Amino acid sequence: MADKVLMKGNEAIAEAAIIAGCRHYFGYPITPQTEVAAYMAKKMPKIGGCFLQAESEIAAINMVYGVSSTGKRVMTSSSSPGISLKSEGLSYLAGADLPALIVNVQRGGPGLGGIQPSQSDYFQATRGGGHGDYHMIVLAPASVQEMAELTVKGFELADTYRMTSMILADGTMGQMMEPVSLDFDIKPVPEKPWATTGTKMEREHNIVNSLYLSPEKLEETNFERYEKYKYIEENEAMYEEYMVEDADIVVAAFGIAARVSKNAVNEARARGIKVGLIRPITLWPFPVAPFKKAAEHAKKFISVELSMGQMIEDVKLATDCKVPVTLCNRVGGMIPSPEQVLEAIVEADGGVK
Amino acid sequence: MSTKQFLFSGFGGQGILFSGKLLAYKGLIDEKQVSWLPSYGPEMRGGTASCSVIISDDPVGSPIVSKPDVLVAMNLPSLDKYEDAVVPGGIIFADSTLIERKVKRDDVTVYYVPATKLANDNGTPTLANIILMGKILNVLGNFDETSVRAALGKVISARHADMLEVNLKAMQLGADYE
Amino acid sequence: MAVVFDKPHSLIDVPLHYCPGCTHGIVHRLVAEVIDELGIEGRTIGIAPVGCSVMAYDYFNCDMIEAAHGRAPAVATGVKRADPENNVVFTYQGDGDLASIGMAETVHAAARNENITVIFINNAIYGMTGGQMAPTSLPGQVTQTSPYGRDTKHCGYPIKVCEMLSELEGAEYLERVTVNSVKNIRTAKKAIKKAFQNQLDGKGFSLVEVISSCPTNWGMTPQAALKWIDEKMIPYYPLGCYKDRSAEKEAE
Repeated sequence: MADKVLMKGNEAIAEAAIIAGCRHYFGYPITPQTEVAAYMAKKMPKIGGCFLQAESEIAAINMVYGVSSTGKRVMTSSSSPGISLKSEGLSYLAGADLPALIVNVQRGGPGLGGIQPSQSDYFQATRGGGHGDYHMIVLAPASVQEMAELTVKGFELADTYRMTSMILADGTMGQMMEPVSLDFDIKPVPEKPWATTGTKMEREHNIVNSLYLSPEKLEETNFERYEKYKYIEENEAMYEEYMVEDADIVVAAFGIAARVSKNAVNEARARGIKVGLIRPITLWPFPVAPFKKAAEHAKKFISVELSMGQMIEDVKLATDCKVPVTLCNRVGGMIPSPEQVLEAIVEADGGVK
Repeated sequence: MSTKQFLFSGFGGQGILFSGKLLAYKGLIDEKQVSWLPSYGPEMRGGTASCSVIISDDPVGSPIVSKPDVLVAMNLPSLDKYEDAVVPGGIIFADSTLIERKVKRDDVTVYYVPATKLANDNGTPTLANIILMGKILNVLGNFDETSVRAALGKVISARHADMLEVNLKAMQLGADYE
Repeated sequence: MAVVFDKPHSLIDVPLHYCPGCTHGIVHRLVAEVIDELGIEGRTIGIAPVGCSVMAYDYFNCDMIEAAHGRAPAVATGVKRADPENNVVFTYQGDGDLASIGMAETVHAAARNENITVIFINNAIYGMTGGQMAPTSLPGQVTQTSPYGRDTKHCGYPIKVCEMLSELEGAEYLERVTVNSVKNIRTAKKAIKKAFQNQLDGKGFSLVEVISSCPTNWGMTPQAALKWIDEKMIPYYPLGCYKDRSAEKEAE
């Protein structure tokens, strides 16, 4: 443990990004993610990087678009209302096939909502957020260690597939401190022959663009992009399984909800209830396989969320609606307690018998 | 102990978050699993500050402490708010300079420490939280100077390094308080 | 034989999609000539807007990026900051892009004295969408969305971008030119060249506003449109240099 330091989740993201080679950060202040910007403001000038507080979330995401066009690793972070503003840029990044890392430390909504933790941007994140057919890789950390690890992973996936990765965290994950090890092997950044770095009069000009006035051509780019998405769905889904093997009841939860649920699962097991937990780590691609497998023996699923029930739709789709899925939730900045989840498990168990 | 859940609560400015951080670092140095979660947002500005700390032998599940094993209340609103949440058999540490009433429950152990007064008398009015921490560690049988010193070294920023000995002395003061 | 006329290297030899009589072509050429003369094509990255010049990326030989509507100065900021020593960055924006939807990006890039070059085409109308009222449409001007003439009581007054930005301490160089005569084209080129040279010299935010014509959406012949610039546009938008910080400093 000697090599571990205590860090806030938001700070762990910032430090991990720097370790991953990110030297450009653009953002606009919003609670509860401001520590990311503060950390970058302090660190970047000392390492030859660039921290710039933009005039708006919209400007920030377009600055990201600019740096990404030149092939460099770049990121922005925000919280729910700010991500809505960035959504235009997210669509353009997708349309121009540009890699970038976006961090959403979610808070309650809709509208200005609140500043306490939430997971109610699940649909927005996993379905793309902006206009048009596209996806982002969505990573859901459940510890400060994962905040750091998935930041590195997010950059790598973004560069590999030329698309945006989003860290979908929440206020708890951003604000809490846990021991972190920042010992990462950073893979070499892939070549980016498409980048607009200046022709140096040695090649044809590169164009970064999302405009296709020919519908045939635009259709083709969409088909190609979805071929890529299909490959990602088959190869990049990540999840954690906990006592699922013999489970009659399976709890599905990510991020902070998974932490709470794990307590409840342990307590229920102590009472002799056969319950397990599947924790999606990638929300897109959604880890369909473990749910399909669990649906062969489990009799009930419970989706534990800090939303009115968003991931539950993916759980139903992944299990082909073969098994009933119920929702256990709190919203608006409230977090379900382990007791609430336990109650849902006990109730489901009653139904099983 | 396999898991101990702490809740620190008081006014903003009393060093509530700092206390929690110190305890978390001590846990880390003692090779335990730890988490620290602050309240955040506007309520911290001049209002109530609180933080959850969990020290465990096993990986920490939920970092939110809603039923503390140990409540550290540094003002009356904090005691009013959290007294009933403490688990039966739990411990409450109260700054008796600022909390005039007694704890109503009889199924918990209570330590009244006039931390603010001790801090003022000691000429270190900002260290009431540290004095209280000395008492907490002493009661929990966890006051080992080497790891306390190391933890203080982690949470006191480099430009205030000269404060380490002062903090240590304040902590001893709390530890020795009967 | 001496070559008296040639296409600039940094302009690709393809037919432009602009309407007959539109002055975009002239401004494209001026920008390209300047890039050639300064020998910076290999390290220049242009940012195209949304509007009539959206496909400028197909016309310039340097690397090009297509930005979202109004966001070109923010994109340019990212590109410039990615490699400030090497990258020469210009945006090419119309009045709707720069002065309406992208006003915040424009003002803040100027306030930061972002070391970029902005070519601002002001033709007082939205061209690409078919002739709607622009932030720079003149009082009384008839457009598709001001069919009875721009009523200032109802929808306010045109924005004079150079005048407004000149109040900002950040901006380095602001000049308004036009391209409706040979003489004016020469002046315009000088201003554009200065706006690029400033960037090479690290002086900062340099914007050239080019009063342009839109015969199609103004409903005029190209000749009449050029005349309308003299008669209507320039009285409202006087030509000239609105800010030249370095020159002012020298004068002191």
